[in-house]
Amino acid sequence: MNIFSYVRAGDVAGAVREISGNSAAHFIAGGTNLIDLMKEDVTRPARLIDIARLPLTRIEETRDGGLRLGALVTNAETAYHPQIEKRYPLLSRAILSGASPQLRNMATNGGNLLQRTRCYYFYDGATPCNKRQPGTGCSAIEGFNRIHAVLGASDQCIAVHPSDMCVALAALEAVVHVTGKNGSRTILFADFHRLPGGTPEIDCNLGRDEIITSIDLPSKGFAEHYAYLKLRDRKSYAFALVSVAAALEMSGPIITETRLALGGVAHKPWRDAQAEALLNGKAASTDNFQIVAEAIMRDAKGFTHNTFKIELAKRAIVRALKHAAQMGTRQ
Amino acid sequence: MTTNYIGQPIDRVDGNAKVTGRAKYAAEYNVPNLAYGVVVSSVIAKGRITKIVTNEALHLDGVIQVFTHENAPAASSLDKSYQDDVAPPGSPFRPLRDDRIMFSGQPVALVVAETFELARYAASLVRVEYQVEPHETDLAAKRGQARDPTPRRFIDPPIEPRGDAAKAFAKAAAQIDVEYSVPPEHHNPIEPFATTVVWEGGGKLTIYDKTQGSQNNQRYVCKVFELPESDVRVLLPFVGGAFGSGLRPQYQLFLAVMAALGLKRSVRVSLTRQQMFPFAHRPQTFQRLALSAAADGTLKSLTHEAVAETSRFEDYSEQVVNWSGELYHCRNVKLGYKVVPLDVCTPCDMRAPGAAWGLFALESAMDELAHELRMDPLELRLKNYAEKDLNTGKRFSSKALRECYKQGAKRFGWAKRVPEPRSMREGDSLIGWGLATGVWEAMQVPASAKAVLTPDGKLTVSSATADIGTGTYTIMTQIAAETLGLPIADVTFELGDSTLPAAPVEGGSFTAGSIGSAVKAVCEKVRKKVFDRARKLKSSPLGDAKLNDVTFANGRIVLHSDPSRGVSIADAMRQGKGRSIEEDVSVVPNDSKQSRYVRHSHSAIFAEVKVDEDLGTIEVSRVVAAIAGGRILNPKTARSQIMGGIVWGIGMALEEESVIDHKFGRFMNHNLAEYHVPVNADVHDIDVLFVEEQDSIVNPLGAKGMGELGIVGTAAAIGNAVFHATGQRIRTLPITLDKVLISAAGRREAQKSAA
Amino acid sequence: MNHETQRLPQRTRITLRVNGSDKQIDVEPWTTLLDALRLYLDLTGTKKGCDHGQCGSCTVLVDGKRINSCMTLAIMKDGAEVTTIEGISNGSGLHPIQQAFIEHDAFQCGYCTPGQICSAVGLINEGRARTADDIRELMSGNICRCGAYPNIVAAIQQVMHAQERNTNP
Repeated sequence: MNIFSYVRAGDVAGAVREISGNSAAHFIAGGTNLIDLMKEDVTRPARLIDIARLPLTRIEETRDGGLRLGALVTNAETAYHPQIEKRYPLLSRAILSGASPQLRNMATNGGNLLQRTRCYYFYDGATPCNKRQPGTGCSAIEGFNRIHAVLGASDQCIAVHPSDMCVALAALEAVVHVTGKNGSRTILFADFHRLPGGTPEIDCNLGRDEIITSIDLPSKGFAEHYAYLKLRDRKSYAFALVSVAAALEMSGPIITETRLALGGVAHKPWRDAQAEALLNGKAASTDNFQIVAEAIMRDAKGFTHNTFKIELAKRAIVRALKHAAQMGTRQ
Repeated sequence: MTTNYIGQPIDRVDGNAKVTGRAKYAAEYNVPNLAYGVVVSSVIAKGRITKIVTNEALHLDGVIQVFTHENAPAASSLDKSYQDDVAPPGSPFRPLRDDRIMFSGQPVALVVAETFELARYAASLVRVEYQVEPHETDLAAKRGQARDPTPRRFIDPPIEPRGDAAKAFAKAAAQIDVEYSVPPEHHNPIEPFATTVVWEGGGKLTIYDKTQGSQNNQRYVCKVFELPESDVRVLLPFVGGAFGSGLRPQYQLFLAVMAALGLKRSVRVSLTRQQMFPFAHRPQTFQRLALSAAADGTLKSLTHEAVAETSRFEDYSEQVVNWSGELYHCRNVKLGYKVVPLDVCTPCDMRAPGAAWGLFALESAMDELAHELRMDPLELRLKNYAEKDLNTGKRFSSKALRECYKQGAKRFGWAKRVPEPRSMREGDSLIGWGLATGVWEAMQVPASAKAVLTPDGKLTVSSATADIGTGTYTIMTQIAAETLGLPIADVTFELGDSTLPAAPVEGGSFTAGSIGSAVKAVCEKVRKKVFDRARKLKSSPLGDAKLNDVTFANGRIVLHSDPSRGVSIADAMRQGKGRSIEEDVSVVPNDSKQSRYVRHSHSAIFAEVKVDEDLGTIEVSRVVAAIAGGRILNPKTARSQIMGGIVWGIGMALEEESVIDHKFGRFMNHNLAEYHVPVNADVHDIDVLFVEEQDSIVNPLGAKGMGELGIVGTAAAIGNAVFHATGQRIRTLPITLDKVLISAAGRREAQKSAA
Repeated sequence: MNHETQRLPQRTRITLRVNGSDKQIDVEPWTTLLDALRLYLDLTGTKKGCDHGQCGSCTVLVDGKRINSCMTLAIMKDGAEVTTIEGISNGSGLHPIQQAFIEHDAFQCGYCTPGQICSAVGLINEGRARTADDIRELMSGNICRCGAYPNIVAAIQQVMHAQERNTNP
């Protein structure tokens, strides 16, 4: 961990000013990812701007009947918030699948979006990594890539985004509100995270000078038909090998709207609108679920140690859809 | 009140210290003027350091020194100075000895600074350049070069073949010939390795070390740094788990002492979790198991051949295959064990070394044989039960294994098992039941103890052993208290101090029996002296009695024949006119008696799994462990030991694997997020029962250590249960979900082609 | 040489209300709350197991909530209320959780134990765990390599049931 200076931001404008004025500065909120990365010397900010006390700590109704999640509300508070549990239980389940109670008590909503990959080679200074140091190569492609991507990878990077919360946010089509030196804007969740392409060192489309202020959930929460299924190497306190957020709107036995997002398989939560559309107007049946699963994974490409993820993802999609379709859903 | 403590589930006497946070571990002695050392580790697996640039680090105000091979203070140049009690044959690793890199993560520098964070930052500024040489870390690629290991003390080589296994195999009705593959594993105790060296002045060092052997490490420090024994004291009152990784002095001890001597200052060195991966691991091993039997299940042949990795500089070996020749009655046996030197650090004994791997293969193969024979796996074990050890021809000092099978099966409900795989279901899950036999050593080793009984009736007993979570403090207190009939509150057991009476490392599950016997013996000596004083009391009712005529209990010495007549121990002590009673004793095993027998503990493990075959996930929903452990000194702590071993077995079966990327020759999952040990949610019902077993040979207490038995066979019981659930035999550990999926897919393909 | 400032980190005076009393310490920004407790306040009851938020040994309660003290900086917690294992019993005797841990042998080597106990207190305060499976899941952020889990769950259940009986006699 390098030497850095520390300052506390008093308000959003001050935070933006601080970060705009110093290209080697970083925001810190919960710290559960950043401090980890700093201890490993992966991230070396010269200045930390503590935003933890900014007034972004509320969850409140939005005008269009949705819910605004303050960027600094902790993951735990969000997951257990009565309105979330009631109206967006998919999000609650997803959050509670991730990390540990302690980490969820610390991690913030904004920070969860910005957490970085768990790829061993990214973390280890002994092994080349294009994300950590562009141009040095990707050690995972020919290496031990069991936890890596099967969709959307590039020949420069096959890392995955490790979040559970983001998979649910992708399915719910959240909107991210940010403020930077040029003012405020919104970023659709699907556009927030990037695929690695030729610039694996850039995880997301948040500007260098921008701060997330809130994550807005649209009014549709799919509270009656949802499932979050996470598959991993032990029952808890482990990242996903594959995860699925499934949400349905149903009219009797017929599905009228489908949302499917996958975690653990790509550099961002994976959605395929065309594949989702295959279910609309159809009955909730295993056969129909399998058609969708095949469609979503049709371009999947595995590496030496992770081709199992392709089949596993298909089955997980089918299983999650089955759960979601059942009334009184249980995981 | 009763002082008959042995056999009682007494609460741990160190419990209060542990639950209040008062127990201090090696990195927690915050002495004045302490300097902090942080290790710099090699990023290559093999080669030489060509340049090591330290001036950026040294430039920082508060950085005191950077030690490298170029400036490390002199230490002994002899291998034998570095060879500790547990060292396998070869040339022990010497940190900062020269420019050679022998394994990835090898320590190459120690940065010492006024604060921990400064040392850590300065360490990141040390620049090392290497001349890289090609390394070999792939056991699979190199197994053809396997050779016999140099014989290691206390490890028997594979026994000579008996009968003709190959011939018997060829003629037999049922045959199994399979290979099992188990990965490297790491001990990963939760406390990281750390040493705080206190510079006492006058050349004296007090060393708080995380280790399993105070005296082993003290001797190491004295020999390596050529210090008089009286100048070095090693203390370990509390150790945060070790499981074998602390049997040998670890490199942070060397570096901390080196720095303290060089700087004439107190120094602490703590390793990061990552830095615990380059040393001490359970070796990757390939095992071939060939079994054959007659149609009625009588074993006709057994072949067990293992190949494991070791380092280039030491031949580590462990007892993998000989258990197979002992555990079942089979006249045609061929065993083999070879090693392949690779560019890794020397493996180190890890909870039931050898047996953990060997019994996984043997007990899985027995299960495969049972299936081949369409025979109940329990019946197969009973059919081939070994009443005596055919390896040596000796009888067992005790072996209540039949009771383990019987009581364990009953508790588990084994009789209700439907033999056919895939026949039990619950929702999305297939249910499977599996069993395995377990076995472990019950050695007694020489040990010493001292006892002091003060005039006010307080007893202190001591020995240089350790408590790494095993419960040593508690059982020794029980033994001492019962022997002298004193309440536990008046008895203290001291350990973890190299100045205490001689004791070996705490390991091998021999501490309860060995140190316990010394504690019993020394307290018996004290007893005699107390009795003498009691007899001398004016009008003593014990005046004419002999020692055998009395019982020491509840603070009194009373006649067997009339317990109302007696003397209080307090009164007897007052007779001594203010003098304490002090005794010490060295106990050695009765070798002539013991060597006539095979001395082991045994178990039968029954496991139930729920497998979601569609998704590949496995849950171990319940385990019953029936244990033949001789005299159980404390059923509460013994149960915990077994339970801990079972949890390790779950980890071994389903989760644990240290992954080497052979391109880098480096363990890549070197942290607790990616090296998976079981979490609370992985563990469900574990039911431990102890069967009655008397053993007057194994040691004077009749006790067998329970620290390691619980892990032996457990992974096989789980793997066998997975087979029973799914019909899939997965022979490579850990059984992760991808292996279940791939195996099931293979089965479906085979069914399709068969159709 | 990289161009980060080579000025040594500045020390700042912070106040932590630890186990009911205000402690003022001068810390550099890079000192974690864990190291501040262990090294600056000599409160070594809180343990460092991995220093990366992957084992839970460093669990303490901050403003009533259980967190991993290795993953936050002391300076960020300026003004916070911190309860460590040393303060769990609130002075008099043992907290029911501590007592239950001893009775149920919910520890072996003791290294993860302070973190388990603080975490258990946090869990009970959160009020979310109903079943044994809930307890297992919600205690999974505390790794015990000695494998004392079943006893840890039993200890927590004992305390939870006793509390329920007290509130619903």
